[in-house]
Amino acid sequence: MITQAIFYFFAVVLIFAATMVITARNPVHAAMYLVLAFFNSAALWIMAGAEFLGIVLVLVYVGAVMVLFLFVVMMLDINLEKLREGFIRHLYIGVPIAAVMVVQMLLVVGSGIMDPATLPSGDLPIPEDAANTALLGSVLYTVYVYPFELAAVILLVAIIAAIMLTLRRREGTKHQDPGRQVKVRKEDRVRTVDLPRNQQSGSR
Amino acid sequence: MAELIELVWILTKIGVILGPLILSVAYLTYAERKIIGWIQNRNGPNRVGPLGLLQPFADVFKLMFKEVVLPANANRFLFLIAPLLSLMPALAAWAVIPFGAGLVLTDINAGLLYVLAMTSLGVYGVILAGWAANSKYSMLGAMRSAAQIVSYEIAMGFALVGVLMAAGTMNMSGIVQSQAGPIWNWFWLPLLPLFVVYWISGVAETNRAPFDVAEGESEIVAGFHVEYSGVAFAVFFLAEYANMILISGLAVILFMGGWYSPFHGLPVLGPVFDLVPGLVWFVIKVAGFLYLYLWFRATFPRYRYDQIMRLGWKVLIPVTVVWLVVLALMILAGFGPWFD
Repeated sequence: MITQAIFYFFAVVLIFAATMVITARNPVHAAMYLVLAFFNSAALWIMAGAEFLGIVLVLVYVGAVMVLFLFVVMMLDINLEKLREGFIRHLYIGVPIAAVMVVQMLLVVGSGIMDPATLPSGDLPIPEDAANTALLGSVLYTVYVYPFELAAVILLVAIIAAIMLTLRRREGTKHQDPGRQVKVRKEDRVRTVDLPRNQQSGSR
Repeated sequence: MAELIELVWILTKIGVILGPLILSVAYLTYAERKIIGWIQNRNGPNRVGPLGLLQPFADVFKLMFKEVVLPANANRFLFLIAPLLSLMPALAAWAVIPFGAGLVLTDINAGLLYVLAMTSLGVYGVILAGWAANSKYSMLGAMRSAAQIVSYEIAMGFALVGVLMAAGTMNMSGIVQSQAGPIWNWFWLPLLPLFVVYWISGVAETNRAPFDVAEGESEIVAGFHVEYSGVAFAVFFLAEYANMILISGLAVILFMGGWYSPFHGLPVLGPVFDLVPGLVWFVIKVAGFLYLYLWFRATFPRYRYDQIMRLGWKVLIPVTVVWLVVLALMILAGFGPWFD
């Protein structure tokens, strides 16, 4: 009973947050609602026994991706009025796209692949002592090791590409070379000068 | 009905953890002022109560009765919720910390991952506070802090991967149990570079000196919480110190053998020192790490911002990557008393 109540609580908050993501006026509010949505879906996954996926969702999406998102959104100088006036204008292209997506989803869900009765049953609900993380790890590194490594290499390529795209030699930057800073000795910077004592004091 | 009793029992346990934790925060601020005072040849607080022992409470009451000033152009909701967002993860992470053998609120298998997820959430309070206050200094502090936390999280995560490889489990109690033995059996020795990286990143993650550019008083007044006053400021303070205790507690669990005494498993000394409960050993070790925090603050000058970034990306992360390879070889070779 309590489990169901908790489930519906998370589900309702999730749907509310997801709606607010697209309706909130302020982009920072929208980003925060997205964080809330991620959080609630993570909670739902954990309730379904997928503790690893749930925690990784929080760690990666909430802890890293959304922080950078928020970073960018905060730096933008967005005119809220301008954002709102495009709503009707873009409606005629938005509605068909939404309709296509709904039809596609209906095709997938309606075709019976998602029917619980036809799913391979496995052990549902998952037994209490099943170590989700350990099981996932042992499958990833044995059965799916090549796809897994491939995905890792693709990510690495993406990182290098992103860095190369933004790495430009700009003129006139005040770039510091830490190696040279460390090598500096007193003799290079400091000059001791013997000042002759001023005879007529106060003449300055 | 049984579920209700279970719920009340869980809430009681949460209270038993949080009560002493908040009290420790209060006395950590006292210890900080006293220790830094002694290091600088001063007395520290000594007026309120005997030896100044009631000073933390005086501070708390002062902050509670002060007005929470809302800046005119602040985003009201986010401004008020930001302190709570920084406190919540600092407290939530304690759910999986084992204080002694079996003394843990929830003994989940993915404990280490959970802690990492929770500590990565603390940055929200900082950025939102900086943004919502609508002040330049706040914004600058928030940006610095967010970039710093995100960068050092990578080094910290890699260091934790090393612990995970050495222990073979992400369960916090399991990590401590795999270090059972005297002091040289604990992970600090085989994982020494990772331990150092973890501790440096831990200090940087909590925005403490020498990495406290987020609130660098000399440049940006007080950084992200410059507009906060009264209770809202107190909550930020509470979160910062709770995070310090958490990072110290994690250091003890992951590298310093958790609740084991330094002589555990030795012929004569072992049983004698095991008479002291594990909780006491845990607290002593955590206090040692907290002292390091205060010592750093009293002795190190603040890093320059670009030097912080350079240290994180170009020094700490490569060190962890290299040591992960070395560690993998050590595990394969069954090296020393740790990986047999």
